[in-house]
Amino acid sequence: MDYKIILKEINEKLGIEYSLFLLRDDEIYLKVRLDDFKNICLALHKLLNVPIASLFALDARKEKGIFEIYCSFMSAKYKKWFFVVAEIPQDNPKFNSLAKEIYSASLFEREIKEMFGIEPVGNPDTRPLRLHSEVWPKGAYPLKKDFNKPEAAGKTEDYVFNKVEGEGIFEVPVGPVHAGIIGPGHFRISCAGEPIINLEIRLGFTHRGIEKLFEGKNVSEALRISECSSGDASFANSLSYSCAIEKIAGIEVSENTRMLRAVFLELERMYNHINDIGGIAVDVGFSFPAAFASIVKENILQLNEKVTSSRYLKNVNSIGAITINWDKDKTQALRESLKKIYKDFKEIKEILLSSVSFMDRVDGTGVLKKKTAEDLGATGLAARASGIAVDLRKDFPGIYAKAEFNLIKQETGDCLARLNVRLAEFEESIKLIYRFLDRITPQAAAQNSYNIKEGFALGFTEAWRGTLTYWVKINKEGLIERCKITDPSFLNWQALAFCVLGDIIPDFPLCNKSFDLSYSGNDL
Amino acid sequence: MRIIKNRILKGIVTKPLDEGFLSEELEVTGAELKKIIQEKFSRSLHIREVDTGSCGACESEIISTTNPIYDIQRFGVSFVASPRHADCLLVTGPVSKNMAVALKKTYEAMPEPKFVITLGDCAFDGGIFKEAYYTEKGVANIIPVAFHIPGCPPTPLDIMKALLSFLKKA
Repeated sequence: MDYKIILKEINEKLGIEYSLFLLRDDEIYLKVRLDDFKNICLALHKLLNVPIASLFALDARKEKGIFEIYCSFMSAKYKKWFFVVAEIPQDNPKFNSLAKEIYSASLFEREIKEMFGIEPVGNPDTRPLRLHSEVWPKGAYPLKKDFNKPEAAGKTEDYVFNKVEGEGIFEVPVGPVHAGIIGPGHFRISCAGEPIINLEIRLGFTHRGIEKLFEGKNVSEALRISECSSGDASFANSLSYSCAIEKIAGIEVSENTRMLRAVFLELERMYNHINDIGGIAVDVGFSFPAAFASIVKENILQLNEKVTSSRYLKNVNSIGAITINWDKDKTQALRESLKKIYKDFKEIKEILLSSVSFMDRVDGTGVLKKKTAEDLGATGLAARASGIAVDLRKDFPGIYAKAEFNLIKQETGDCLARLNVRLAEFEESIKLIYRFLDRITPQAAAQNSYNIKEGFALGFTEAWRGTLTYWVKINKEGLIERCKITDPSFLNWQALAFCVLGDIIPDFPLCNKSFDLSYSGNDL
Repeated sequence: MRIIKNRILKGIVTKPLDEGFLSEELEVTGAELKKIIQEKFSRSLHIREVDTGSCGACESEIISTTNPIYDIQRFGVSFVASPRHADCLLVTGPVSKNMAVALKKTYEAMPEPKFVITLGDCAFDGGIFKEAYYTEKGVANIIPVAFHIPGCPPTPLDIMKALLSFLKKA
C-alpha cells in the first residue's frame, strides 16, 4: 500500500497545507500550521484508523523561540509511523486539545501541560500526572530548558479524585505502599455493594525524571539510563533507544547481531511471561503451579546469566553492537536449557488449564472490550487478548521476517484470554529462538566506533508488554536534546481501570496481575 | 474421601531439583543465616519491603529469594504484608519526592526495635538517578539506615550473603 494516497487525501479533500520535512523507510514527518494541527491529527486518526501512538512537546525556544509539538500514529497497513509537527509560540503556549475526539490523547496532554506548561485548550482534565501537587510547586516545569530545581515545595495543594456519590456507595483506597513486593501506586475503588463501579488509578510515585536526565548526556551514557527505565524490560528499553541512535547516525547493524538481539528480547519476554503465569496462579490461591513457574523463571534468569553474564540482560546491548561474544557453546547451552524449560512449561500449562476452580476464576473475569481497548489505544498483549491484531514483530518485522513469526491473539479480552496469549507467546518465543539459533554464527564482542550526528529518529520494539518507543533528538554537539519514552504501560494502565468495572474487589489483584504493568516504566 | 484417594493414586508430583541449581555456597550461607536468626531474633526475621522508585529489577530479585530454589523462608526470613508485623524495613529505589512521605509513614508504623536495610545502588545515594530533579538522593536522607546491599540489582545469593554479613556484625 502506498502512503501517498493518505497524503493526497489530506491535501485535496481536506485542503490542509503541509510540508514534508523528513522521510525515512518507516517514518514520515508532516509539518503543519498550529491551527491545522488538530484537524490533521483527527484526519489521520480517521484515515489510518489507529489511536495516537505518542504525543509530546519539545522546547526549542533557545534556537527558534518556539515550542514544538509532535503527534505520532503507527500504521501497520502502510508500514509507516506518521508524525504531525507544529510550532507553538512561546508567548502564547496553547494548542487545541484532541482529548475529546481521541481519548488516547488525554494522558499525553496532561503530561505536556505539567512538563512544559503548554495549555491543551479544551481538555476537561488537566490534573498533574506525575508531579504530585502535594510536593511540587505550581509553575515549575521540568522539561523546559531553563528549568531550575525549586528549593522548597512552596504552595502545594491536594489532588482531587473523581468522586462517585450515592446511597450505599463506599470508597476503598489502596496504596501507594502495597502488601506485596511490588511498585507503588494508588488505587481508589468505589463500590456499590460488591461490584466495582469506578476505579481511579493514581500513579507517578516512582517518577524520577528520566526524560530530563537524558538531556545533555552523550549517547553511550544515556544507554545505561534507558536500561533503568523499567528493570524487567531493560533489554527492550536499551534496544528501542539504540535503534533510534542507529537510525540517526546511519549505523548498519549486522544481521547476526540483530538476530542475537532478537534472541535476548525473546528471553526477556519468556521470563516475564512465566512470571505472570505464576502470578495469576498466586492471585487465585493456586500455589503449586505458581511455585513451579517461579522455578522456570529462575531457570531462565540463570540461563541469561550464563550466556550474557547478566540476569536482567543489562549491559548487553550497545550502540550498533552487543558487548558479549557468542560461540557454539552458548548456542548449545541455550538449546539444551530451552528443551528442559519447555518440558516444565508444558506441565505448568496442563496443571493450570485442567483445574476447574482455576478456570472458573479467570474465565470471564476482567473483560476489556475490543472497542474500549481501541479507544484507549491499548497496546501489546493486552490489546491482542482483546482481539486487536497489533504486534510490531508482525507489522514492522525487520529481522523477525526470517523466523516466520506468528501473531497470537484472543477475542474475549478477559483474564483467561490474557493468560492464553502469554502461554502461546511463551511457546512462540521458544520456536523463534530455535529458528534464530539455526542461523546465528559465532561472533566476538564488537567494538563500536561511530560518528554521531545531529538529527532525530524513532526507535521502537515490541517489548513483552507491548509497543515501546524512544523518540530521540540529538543536537549539534552530539548530545541528547530530547528523549521521549512511550512505555506500553502508559496507556494500558487505563485499560485496567476499565476492565475491573462490574467485578468484585477480590478479583482486582487478579486483573492487575493479568496485565502486570510497569510502575517505573509509566512514571519514568 | 475422594481427595485422599486422589492423593494415594497420584503419589508425589513434585520432583527433585536439577543439579547445578543448588550450589553449596547457598546451603552454607543459608545454614549460617538460620543459626544467627535463631540466636538473635528468636527464630525469625520479618521484613517489610518498600519500593521508593526503583526500576523493578530489585523487587524481582527479592521475590526470587523466596522461590523454591533459594527459599529464604526456610532460613527464618519472611516477607510480611504490613509494617506493623516487621522487624526490618527493606527499601529499594532512590526515593522519589512522591514516596518520601509514604516511606516515612511506613517507618513510623513499625514497632520498636526496628532497623532499615537499603538494597540496590540507587537506594544508597540515588545511583544513576543522583542528578534527577525528583529524587531525594537515597534513603538515608529520609530515615536512618543501618546497612546497604549493593548491586544493580544484587542477585538472590548476594542478598543472602550481605544479610548474613550484616547480622554477624550487628
